[in-house]
Amino acid sequence: MKTFPIGGVHPSDNKLSKATPIEVLPLPDVVNIPLAQHIGAPAVAKVAKGDKVLTGQLIAEAASFMSANICSPVSGQVTAVGMVPNAQGLKQMMITIKREGDEWMEDIDRSNDLVKECNLSDKEIIEKIKNAGIVGMGGATFPTHVKLSIPAGKKAEALIINGVECEPYLTSDHRMMLEHGEEMIVGVTIIMKAIGVKNAYIGIENNKPDAIAHLQKIAVNYEGVHVVPLMVKYPQGGEKQLIAAITGRQVPPPPALPIDVGAVVCNASTTYAVYRAVQKNMPLIERVVTITGKKVKEPKNLLARMGTPIETLIEAAGGLPEDAGKVINGGPMMGRAMVNLASPVTKGCSGITIMSGEDAVRKEASQCIKCAKCVAACPMGLEPYYLSKMAQKKKYDELEALMITSCIECGCCQSSCPAYLPLLDWVRLGKQKTMGIIRARMAAAKK
Amino acid sequence: MANKLIVAPAPHVQTLQSTQVIMRDVIIALIPALVVSVVVFGWSALGITALSVGACVLFEYLIQRFMVGGKPTVNNLSAVVTGMLLAFNLPASIPWWIVIIGAFVAIAIAKMTFGGLGKNPFNPALVGRVFLLIAYPVQMTSFPAPVTGGIDGLSGATPLAAVKEAAKMGGDQADAIISSLGVKDLFIGNMPGSLGEVAALALLLGFAYLLWRRVITWHIPVIVLGTMAVFAIIVALFNGNPTLMWQLPLFHVLAGGAMLGAIFMATDYSTSPMCTKGCVIFAIGIGIITMLIRMWGAYPEGMSFAILIMNSTVPLINKYIKPKRFGVK
Amino acid sequence: MEVLLFTILTLCALGVLSAVILYFVAQKFKVEEDPRIDEVEKMLPGANCGGCGFAGCRAMAEALVKNDDISSLFCPVGGAATMKCAASYLGKTAAEKGPQVATVRCGGTCEKRPHTNEYNGARSCAVAASLYVGETGCAFGCVGLGDCVDVCAFDALHLNPQTGLPEVDPDKCTACGACVKACPKGIIELRKKFPKNRAVYVSCVSKEKGAAVMKACKAGCIGCGKCVKTCPFGAITLVDNVAYIDSEKCKLCRKCVSECPTGAIKLVGMDPLPKAPKVAPATPKVVAAAPAAAAAAKPAAETAANPAATAAPAAAPKVAAVKPATTAPAEEKKAE
Repeated sequence: MKTFPIGGVHPSDNKLSKATPIEVLPLPDVVNIPLAQHIGAPAVAKVAKGDKVLTGQLIAEAASFMSANICSPVSGQVTAVGMVPNAQGLKQMMITIKREGDEWMEDIDRSNDLVKECNLSDKEIIEKIKNAGIVGMGGATFPTHVKLSIPAGKKAEALIINGVECEPYLTSDHRMMLEHGEEMIVGVTIIMKAIGVKNAYIGIENNKPDAIAHLQKIAVNYEGVHVVPLMVKYPQGGEKQLIAAITGRQVPPPPALPIDVGAVVCNASTTYAVYRAVQKNMPLIERVVTITGKKVKEPKNLLARMGTPIETLIEAAGGLPEDAGKVINGGPMMGRAMVNLASPVTKGCSGITIMSGEDAVRKEASQCIKCAKCVAACPMGLEPYYLSKMAQKKKYDELEALMITSCIECGCCQSSCPAYLPLLDWVRLGKQKTMGIIRARMAAAKK
Repeated sequence: MANKLIVAPAPHVQTLQSTQVIMRDVIIALIPALVVSVVVFGWSALGITALSVGACVLFEYLIQRFMVGGKPTVNNLSAVVTGMLLAFNLPASIPWWIVIIGAFVAIAIAKMTFGGLGKNPFNPALVGRVFLLIAYPVQMTSFPAPVTGGIDGLSGATPLAAVKEAAKMGGDQADAIISSLGVKDLFIGNMPGSLGEVAALALLLGFAYLLWRRVITWHIPVIVLGTMAVFAIIVALFNGNPTLMWQLPLFHVLAGGAMLGAIFMATDYSTSPMCTKGCVIFAIGIGIITMLIRMWGAYPEGMSFAILIMNSTVPLINKYIKPKRFGVK
Repeated sequence: MEVLLFTILTLCALGVLSAVILYFVAQKFKVEEDPRIDEVEKMLPGANCGGCGFAGCRAMAEALVKNDDISSLFCPVGGAATMKCAASYLGKTAAEKGPQVATVRCGGTCEKRPHTNEYNGARSCAVAASLYVGETGCAFGCVGLGDCVDVCAFDALHLNPQTGLPEVDPDKCTACGACVKACPKGIIELRKKFPKNRAVYVSCVSKEKGAAVMKACKAGCIGCGKCVKTCPFGAITLVDNVAYIDSEKCKLCRKCVSECPTGAIKLVGMDPLPKAPKVAPATPKVVAAAPAAAAAAKPAAETAANPAATAAPAAAPKVAAVKPATTAPAEEKKAE
């Protein structure tokens, strides 16, 4: 069984909602759409207060190549374009829409009929993906049209579909693959066409045997689409780890990208969104969000429109448990703790994990015993104990030499530390500062 | 909402394997060897272990409480491990006051002076043992014969010491002793020696437990013992004594503190390198230095010295030997 | 006897040999240095705090000796006296700069600024600030985890457990600026040090609009602009909804202090002016004054949103009138 070569941990996966079918959440009354819900420049609002919008209508346009469109997830009236607190309580530019009915743009095909044929050229496919505002839905929110536009001089050799979902608790990709497997695989063939590759590999961890079997059955009918079962190990869903697991090639340290080893990686849910955008003109306006947690009454996979307040989703899953301590936007390994539950579902929101009681509180830190478990766990071959120490001492030159910019912030180090040290807290800060210094240096060199 | 939300950066899960759990596992792994030593040397073995553990814990508590300050550290059980390991390195006939001096050197000088657990450059139990070995050589090298009988002609001297003595007389005699030793006796602890080093089987049980609990990896113990075995084979070949080719490596791996040192002392977290490559270098170094001392040194046993010498290279190894970085050729 | 002699001779020979080697190595790697650097270094305080922007006092001394124009260099710890001394020794002219003191511009005590969540990460303001808004509703205020306290090399900063805020000991503070750099929120400012450690400053940096400030913190600057109107010296400006008192222009007249409806203007080392009869107690005043101000200033409401207009001192009175108009009604609702 394949897996990635260095490090990794085995957190208990707690996939509580893996057998719960996707449930459609009733339409929200008010939605907040952040203009920055992807990596890159925030989109530019195309609507103003008082405007009427239809479901699927473009409301904010990509500000540059490295940006993404945003379409309205509901029909109704724009009530404000202004600063609204996000999940972290920080104010962010958002478009607020009050829903009235559910009137769609006319060119969107809302039927569930499978459309296999795609006669568009690669340019047209990418244009459609760009128009639909699709970004990586696994959490990194990298604009998909950017990813699929292969830079001059580089050549894509294989498409890798990330169906790993290695984060504990989360099941949205799992349910997506089970319930929309065929559509997803058509999406795979569309992306293969867009980037001009003959082979696609769908990587799925071995703890989802039903999804592996289901997709394998479908994939036999599609030339060049392979399903690759993978050993269960976190962070296999990391782009670089997945490429290494499937192809055996290691992406060199930044600024190298997956395309440098000939790989393009797309998340499973993203692939489904691509199918809908290209074949059905459906922009990215809804997504599956897993609401889960040990004390959550009914862990669920909810299909929610973007901009729906997260508290609405939590209510739909039986409400916030009484001893809820931490509400995490994402999974427990990489998700961000929320302070504002009224903040909206965004394109990168794959799940909400609710930690209760003792699980929500970090254990008391003691001193480093040099056990080297963090070094053994690091999938990038770094030395987290040392990086953390140097980050505390603000030794940014040293950090750069120790390759801190390679850190993928997966959290393996901190979650395996027997002294419960906040390793990644410091490494993340050190990485931010070091990257800032490198960027400033590059900007100065350009001048 | 009644209670405030808690906010912290990711990750939001932590291992259940805390420092305390790790130390507890090491203690559990040492139990079989303790049982064997009680069987072989009688209840005094248990007494010495209890005294050593008690003294170590007490010294750590007092120093932390009255000199270092901060939060209590004795509850992480590391002092208990140090105490047990120190006791395992002492002969069963050791006077009680020497045990206490050893515990003081181990905890006060080798560990707490440097800032406590995780900061000590040398293995505390070994520093304690080597101090005692140099300061009280007579008491430290007079070993009672096992109450179970022991191998003929060896009572009072460990197999390694007997071989060393014989080697001074002339090579053949030493070879004869090695040939005469039953592997079985070495394996189940039917020989004189320190409390914890006599039974290879019990130590291997502990090793298996530590591996299963993921407290240590296989690298250091296997490579230390492997290096010693290879070294012994080469020596046997050079001596032109092919009959010893299998007995010599087995003898060196099983006799003396090789097993105890390789499994429990060389793998000490804070005094071993941080990456696998470094651990390999560290382990090979221990194996070679141990064999050099055993073969040509003044002392019959070289494990403690070898580990301490390699401990001193750990900062250097950590500085220059880096883990294999992802994506770097 | 022979052994003894041999040993002694060997050791002596070794010693001589080593000495010769050392001599040649020292000659080979000798660094020619301007002797004045040593002299200047002796004049500097020797705290190696880095407040001058150099790695330490030695580096500063080198810079002072090497640069012809030293007017941009300044040792905040030694102050003008040290700089003058060094400059006269080197025959250069030093920058004139009065003494300064670090000032924590946040009044959001635990009591005034309730915690809305609990931070459980690494005890560092920088880590917490890069993660989220903070334990309170205010995104601009003090994080309270003491990064400034940790970097202070002079023991001049301490967290007050009652208020959760750092406090500067003005007698120990050397204005080295380490805390200013360490604070991720940019709350700490070096301000002119007045005799007897007196000071008047706005203890808030929140750029939020008044209503949002009030929601998160009872001690914040709501940007009403009353102080701007009151100041007879033009020392107060209002930019991005927050007032700022220029310590170089301030004459410590204290008129603004009693005008501030939220008590965001702090007065240190002096008694407040006797209250004018028209000034009501601070808190109810916001609500009471607001409707009147609103009635007067409704047409100007649009200009208020434009921070550019508020920046100019001339526009200040207008702003002062308008601000409460936009904030107060919301406030009244909250109160109910």
